[in-house]
Amino acid sequence: MRFLLVEDNQELAASIVTRMGLDGHVVDHAAALDAAETCLRCTEYDLILLDVMLPDGDGRDFLSRHRSDRTTPVIVLTARSQVSDRVGMLDLGADDYITKPFDFSELEARIRAVLRRRGGAADNRITLGDVTVDLLAGTLRVATRDVTLRNRELRLLEVFIRNPGQILSKAQLLDRLFSFDAEITENAIEVYVARLRRRLDGGSPRIETVRGMGYRMTVQ
Amino acid sequence: MTESVRTRGSISRRLTLQLAAIAALLALLSWGMIRGFSQQAAEQTQDNILAASVTAIAEELRSEAGQIRLEIPYAAFSMLGAINEERVFYRIVSDGETLTGYDDLPVVQDGEISAGVTFETLTYRGDSVRMAMVGRTLFASERAVPVLVAVAQTRNAVDAISARISRAAALVSVAFFVLAAGLSFWAARVSLRPLTAMAQTVARRGPSDLSPFETTAPHEIAPLLAALNRFMDRLSASLSRSEDFIAEAAHRVRTPLATVRTQAEIALHAVTRDENKEIMRRVIRAVDESSRSAGQLLDHAMVSFRTDNLTRNDVDLVDLVTEVVNGLRPTAEMKDIRILTELSPLRVQGDAILLQNALRNVLDNAIKYSPADSRVTITLRQAGAGAEIRICDQGRGVNGADTATLTERFRRGENVGNVVGSGLGLTIAHEVARAHGGRLDLAPARKGTGTCVTLSLPFS
Repeated sequence: MRFLLVEDNQELAASIVTRMGLDGHVVDHAAALDAAETCLRCTEYDLILLDVMLPDGDGRDFLSRHRSDRTTPVIVLTARSQVSDRVGMLDLGADDYITKPFDFSELEARIRAVLRRRGGAADNRITLGDVTVDLLAGTLRVATRDVTLRNRELRLLEVFIRNPGQILSKAQLLDRLFSFDAEITENAIEVYVARLRRRLDGGSPRIETVRGMGYRMTVQ
Repeated sequence: MTESVRTRGSISRRLTLQLAAIAALLALLSWGMIRGFSQQAAEQTQDNILAASVTAIAEELRSEAGQIRLEIPYAAFSMLGAINEERVFYRIVSDGETLTGYDDLPVVQDGEISAGVTFETLTYRGDSVRMAMVGRTLFASERAVPVLVAVAQTRNAVDAISARISRAAALVSVAFFVLAAGLSFWAARVSLRPLTAMAQTVARRGPSDLSPFETTAPHEIAPLLAALNRFMDRLSASLSRSEDFIAEAAHRVRTPLATVRTQAEIALHAVTRDENKEIMRRVIRAVDESSRSAGQLLDHAMVSFRTDNLTRNDVDLVDLVTEVVNGLRPTAEMKDIRILTELSPLRVQGDAILLQNALRNVLDNAIKYSPADSRVTITLRQAGAGAEIRICDQGRGVNGADTATLTERFRRGENVGNVVGSGLGLTIAHEVARAHGGRLDLAPARKGTGTCVTLSLPFS
């Protein structure tokens, strides 16, 4: 997906761009409101991530201006934790807000929730063999059978399906789910992999165990 | 606010009492004066008549052929009869002998008589009498013979008149006092009215209304009003400074934390060795912990500030719960926790922002301590004269710790494991409930493991 990040803190912005790139998203960064306007005139974005305090104005003004002529969903990134601030954001037309510092998994969860409400994005489906997964809806189509995945199963499957043929260690998979549950262990990964195998039963992609190294998704 | 202020005395009562005391003194004084004047006037009248009478008799004294002769004029007694039915006594003494009259009427002895009329009050035959005396010197038997004429009259009428006047004066004085006391009460009320009006204006204000008072005031109260306005001004400035400070502090603390967290997460994906991954996870947990603590500290500061100045509005609890649930649903979904709600349409009078904050903290706790693939149920229902929001999880429970202990600042349960938290969440919820006259209770769930937190709020 393609996001526009409006954030004046360079370090934070660079980390967000890098981190979201790991998940296969393209992020354009604008450090100020006028740069953001320029980006919006040139490209269609699936979503805007908007900081509130910016050098050339208040993100809230941008939000109300933006709402008058565009429908691109907006998630506000705010360091202000006051409920009144958040309520104000939602009143101005933000789709959601997230308080800094945020967990990327939570940000992604919120992005998906917003996009789901807004009726999807351009590329929320990934197909591998005869399996198609809808990352927003959390549904899986295996051959002719429809399966609804739980959130953590979906996130784990996303890693596999984005990296077919690649060996993924339990630790790498744990990273993926770490934010979802601080207490998750490597044993839990085995449980989830077993569940995913059942879900994928009958389809062409399979999750193989690579002894001593981890798991790998292959297509028969 | 009266209950928290120690009052001593009342200006109105003091003023009324002082004015009434002055009125009583004046009434007493006027009664005494009227009584004195009337007595004096009555006595003066009697004295004048007695003088006229005694003089009229003295004028009739003649000496004929060496004898003192006297024909008492009728008028001399008739004028005395003018005053009621007083008894009249007289005695005319010549050379120490009584010519006529009452022998025992005690008169001044010879040699001391004067030509002018003299008066004396004495007791005669059991009555108080007033006596006028006048002396004359006549020539009889070729020598000067002193003659003393004395006329006395009882004083009953004079006493009666002065008693009557005194009674009337007393009545008038009492009436005057009652009227004056009433007027003092009214005057006290009227002069204190601007003060009362000001007190009402202050009391009517909402707790967050810190605008200056625009009312006009008498110049005695004007300095007080000016001082109050200056105080309001300072208070308002200091409150908005502290609100700005809270927001600014949040921004300053959270932005760098966000950078650290993001880079730590990137590093977590980049490193391959298990022990390095574990270190990065620990870094992320620590950052999460500090950011949660910072958030809850700021929440707590905001809650303390708002509960001190609680503003009550009509709050739709269904909307409120729904909004909080929607806000936290993505977090819950990350752990595949389902949030089930069962909401009855209820409204309370309260501060929506505080209630949201309390509910968010309780729900956040419930999600945090719940295992994956579990349920959190929220029930909103009426309980007695209030609303009850119950949040039940299927988490590890609170192991019998009581509400009082868990709602202490920075207190966390003993079995929190490595779940991130600062221990302020329940404190915040507890303080919000208390500010609304409600309560927060923790109890083990009835079925299976888990905890139920109940936030009870009275309707008004």
